[in-house]
Amino acid sequence: MTKTDHTPLLQLRDVRKQYSIRTGLGLGEPLTVTAVSRVSLTLRQGETLGLVGESGCGKSTLARLILGLEKPTSGDIHYRGGRLDEWRRLDLRRRMQMIFQDPFASLNPRQKIGDIVEEGPLIHHMGSRKERKEAVLQLLGMVGLSPEYANRYPHEFSGGQRQRVAIARALALHPELVVCDEPVSALDVSIQAQVLELLADMRKRFDLTYLFISHDLSVVGHVCERAAVMYLGSLVEEGPTESMFADPLHPYTKALLAAAPIPDPDAARRRAKLSGDPPSPIDPPGGCPFHPRCNQAFEPCSRVAPQLAERAPGRRTACHLYDPEHQATLATTAAKETL
Amino acid sequence: MRQALLDIRDVVTVFRSGNRVARAVDTASLRLEQGETLAVVGESGCGKTVLALSVMGLVPDPPGRVTEGEILYRGENLLGMEEEALRKVRGNHISMIFQEPMSSLNPVFQVGDQIAEAVALHQHASRRQAREKAVEMLKLVGIPNPDRRAKSYPHELSGGMRQRVMIAMALSCDPDVLIADEPTTALDVTIQAQILDLMDELKEKKGASVLLITHDLGVVARAARQAAVMYAGRIVERAGVRELFHEPLHPYTKGLLASVPTLGRKRELHPIRGAVPSIFDKPAGCEFHPRCPKAFERCKIERPPLYTLDNGRQTRCFLYEQ
Repeated sequence: MTKTDHTPLLQLRDVRKQYSIRTGLGLGEPLTVTAVSRVSLTLRQGETLGLVGESGCGKSTLARLILGLEKPTSGDIHYRGGRLDEWRRLDLRRRMQMIFQDPFASLNPRQKIGDIVEEGPLIHHMGSRKERKEAVLQLLGMVGLSPEYANRYPHEFSGGQRQRVAIARALALHPELVVCDEPVSALDVSIQAQVLELLADMRKRFDLTYLFISHDLSVVGHVCERAAVMYLGSLVEEGPTESMFADPLHPYTKALLAAAPIPDPDAARRRAKLSGDPPSPIDPPGGCPFHPRCNQAFEPCSRVAPQLAERAPGRRTACHLYDPEHQATLATTAAKETL
Repeated sequence: MRQALLDIRDVVTVFRSGNRVARAVDTASLRLEQGETLAVVGESGCGKTVLALSVMGLVPDPPGRVTEGEILYRGENLLGMEEEALRKVRGNHISMIFQEPMSSLNPVFQVGDQIAEAVALHQHASRRQAREKAVEMLKLVGIPNPDRRAKSYPHELSGGMRQRVMIAMALSCDPDVLIADEPTTALDVTIQAQILDLMDELKEKKGASVLLITHDLGVVARAARQAAVMYAGRIVERAGVRELFHEPLHPYTKGLLASVPTLGRKRELHPIRGAVPSIFDKPAGCEFHPRCPKAFERCKIERPPLYTLDNGRQTRCFLYEQ
């Protein structure tokens, strides 16, 4: 595989995931929850794509779908041009790895650090025993841990060190894609920067592609070239982080950016733009999922779900405000208001 | 000096584990003035929560105990006060909200009843009055349909709603000091912004002072006027928030500010090397010296005192000895 290959590494088309749940005694009709609703997204080799959204927006479900841990209800996912479900499971697992949020829960407390890192290569029969052991020590060094830690257990380490172990484990198989699910959220401020720095180093060294899931916009702005914003299972905006954060299109992206706490007392104090809580995915509002909380909602928003479409160069958003079809309605509404 | 509303003087809180004794809070002093918001910032294990619990008289004993210092509320020392008297101060005058609204609410009682209980207990109100007060408080913290919501159980509410209930409960007896321990950490950003706005608004309305415990520099910048930075049990710097962010003095404060990415400002991060020491195994000399880029011989041996500079700024670092 060379760099001139233009097939995207990962491509999602109209991916939807629904779960059926029973409530109460489980006697009534099961309810359907749409966790991910018609998401289309492309991930190119070597880029870092941020997936942003608040809890319950479907970002972790989307990650599980991409890793093949769950099957989409409809739509399809292609990896290197081939359908995900046609890949051999073991092969896919080698190419895609994951780093989890909580390094206290993601490492087996009864396994030594060295064995944790070696387990993947062992399952994939990579190299001889001696080669594997050497590779483990080398990896530990690369992630900034002393090789002698290989014989110790996870409980002897701090959160930051454990996250380094988790990174070493993910890289042991030389993956192409690493899904990082809130990799620094559980860490202390001074340790977060260390881990972000390590992830950036490893990306360069191994030519990795990252899907970086985070609720922290400052972190996403720092590490990702591109970001996708999710709300209630839908993608509401996608584009380069720099232009998106400087000039967000979707009202939800605007609200998220306004709400993010900025470590600068002189930053303009912005009042919370959003009132209320996100609605339940069991009973989502009709039309645009964001319209009940949107301060710019107008006539079509409660009726028609907006489609994700390119509204500025390289920038996609799902919002009727930018739909040429509704410009006339918008103009009349504005005119009425000025009267 | 004028009497501060809350004056914490040289407080030491120790924890025991087997034969070992750790100073979780080590000679900490802070003054909270009427109507001000003072942030105590630091990473996990720095002692900020233990300091808050020390003020509330809620340090779990054993293994913990406040062994030295004074905590003066309107000039009266809370340490060594009879439990009965302390209980009157707690709730009536000083109250606290915790990080995890789910684990600090009782899951088997309606939220309205939980607020009413505090009111009945502290203000000797009748059941009906207490109930009315509870609904009024829920309305004050912006919960829609407060009448109906008062009958909800905690699990029926979202995280943001639960934190509003906690705030309603904490404010139900009109305290002058509100201690908020990571009040927005468990919440989503848009909800966090709502809660910070709400706390601001209520502080204005009720004239309360807030001691805000947080690890989040963004929250400090947004919500507080004064700040104290803690590291390994000690207050290492005290300053107005603006000075602290524009011209941090202590190398730890500088390091913290250089490690957080800021929205809209693309710059390289400079992480602090190493990790926070365990409170049972603090380094000799200045607690920060093993991670400090500016450390010199003296830092390894001697503990720096809190220096007060000519401009009134305070920092615990030999670099500022005059």
